[in-house]
Amino acid sequence: MSGAPGDALVRARKLTKRFGSFTAVDGIDFDVRPAEAFGFLGPNGAGKTSTMRMIACASPVTDGDLAVIGMNPASQAREIKARLGVVPQVDNLDTELTVRENLEMYARYFDIPGSVARSRADELLEFVQLAERAKDQVEPLSGGMKRRLTIARALINEPQLVILDEPTTGLDPQARHLLWDRLYRLKQRGATLIITTHYMDEAEQLCDRLVVMDKARIVAEGSPLELIERYATREVLELRFGDVKRASLDGQLQGLAERVEELPDRTLVYTDDGEAALDEVHRRNIPVQSALVRRASLEDVFLSLTGRSLVE
Amino acid sequence: MASPVAVATQGGLGRAWDVVWRARRLVERNVLVYRHQWIVILSGVAEPIFYLIGIGMGLGGLVRTVGLPDGRSISYTAYVAPALLATAAMNGAVFETIFNVFFKLNFRKTYDGILATPMGISEIAIGEMLWALMRASLYAVSMLVLMTALGLILSPWALLTLPVTLFVAATFSATGLAGTAFLRTVQDFDIPMGLIVMPMFLFSGTFFPISAYPIPIQVFMQATPLFHSISLIRGLTTGLMGLEQVWDFAYLVGFFSLAMVIAMRRMERKLIK
Repeated sequence: MSGAPGDALVRARKLTKRFGSFTAVDGIDFDVRPAEAFGFLGPNGAGKTSTMRMIACASPVTDGDLAVIGMNPASQAREIKARLGVVPQVDNLDTELTVRENLEMYARYFDIPGSVARSRADELLEFVQLAERAKDQVEPLSGGMKRRLTIARALINEPQLVILDEPTTGLDPQARHLLWDRLYRLKQRGATLIITTHYMDEAEQLCDRLVVMDKARIVAEGSPLELIERYATREVLELRFGDVKRASLDGQLQGLAERVEELPDRTLVYTDDGEAALDEVHRRNIPVQSALVRRASLEDVFLSLTGRSLVE
Repeated sequence: MASPVAVATQGGLGRAWDVVWRARRLVERNVLVYRHQWIVILSGVAEPIFYLIGIGMGLGGLVRTVGLPDGRSISYTAYVAPALLATAAMNGAVFETIFNVFFKLNFRKTYDGILATPMGISEIAIGEMLWALMRASLYAVSMLVLMTALGLILSPWALLTLPVTLFVAATFSATGLAGTAFLRTVQDFDIPMGLIVMPMFLFSGTFFPISAYPIPIQVFMQATPLFHSISLIRGLTTGLMGLEQVWDFAYLVGFFSLAMVIAMRRMERKLIK
């Protein structure tokens, strides 16, 4: 049933989700291959979570085709769910149970025998660095710890495919880096990951391949590097002008670079050589308050695809 | 050769049994949670006993005997005890399926986590009902033991009291589950508790025959499940069995089925989007 190696683990064709007259996912196509980390990047409301919920068999497909591990979510949800690990956007740990009980009870839902469940719980608590909190209640844990416990819980059935919906949203930088490190190790072990995020750095750190979603559709697909090469330049010069009326700059930046993007707070100059462009700005005596040359990122990809920034 | 219909029915029953079997996981979960909170469950055991002592013996001192339609006179305590038994079954089931399920459904999001496993909505709904049933049966058994000890069991029909009380509890857990999915806020609890459970407890012939009330109340009460539960269980413990009790049972079977259908649909609408 799961097909030859190299076949897609998740395959979507014209996948659509509607809530009444609102279309959350509008006929998207994608393939997730075994052992890759596949990302859905896009702003809030782009349709990422709806897509995830359809893959996780938590939300019925309105239209189109979806195969998860070679099976149909409409008729084989139980079999699919037995082989998935799900980390939802909002933690839904069992707050009436302790840390350890959360893992062991979850194992029972998968019919995992008690002795196996106990040894897996030990291993996973080590893996997410929560062994010392095993006997504690869930509620007093920090946001990062709850997230890590949710990830451990999602791994209790040794899933073939792990789905993570915005795994680090709302966490402080330290907690995010710890989580990224764990997810990276998971990938090294050969797990297939699907990750949604509206953080560029997260997508660049974790994803082998990703699709950019906007307004219920996929607008681009590729590896982070491919996307940057295709939709942005090597470097970006960010200019801030302070109080100066930008209208008065009209035309002054012309010919400076292949593309200039105006944002409310700054102007982005897309060029392969940021320093050279900055020299040119100074030579033209343009009154700049501050300037910064940086490498292009997925943020720029999104901006060039949609004309908007990702996190508003 | 089995007919296709028979095969289909068997398949259906087999699947239904699979669901019930998997639903035991939810019972295990609740046992795990209540391992730390047995006192909460025990308080439910004490409640009908307090009523029996407080009202049964207190009021029983004034009323002494109650005349039954078949001409016998029984002690007031023997009259009120089966009603308290039915009420205990109702309370055990309703408190579990309304309060606890509401919080798990709306605030704790417990079921969203469970639904990511091979467990489905039917397993969750039936699991919660089984647990409520276990809780109610604890109340029922302790009440029955007490009634036997006090000599309040007047008929061999009483052997059926335990299974019937469990069925009553099943009816109320399905009803509670159906109702809880309609509740939106914590304040909404006052509606089922204050406007449905409490008046049913008072007017269902619990403490007095319903003939004591005006006709409209009598008619209305005869449409409620607690009235029929009390009439049936009282019939069993006092030996007053007749056509009326057959109708009580038929009514409860119908009410249970309806509540089950609504409960399943509502849970599905609440959890699957």
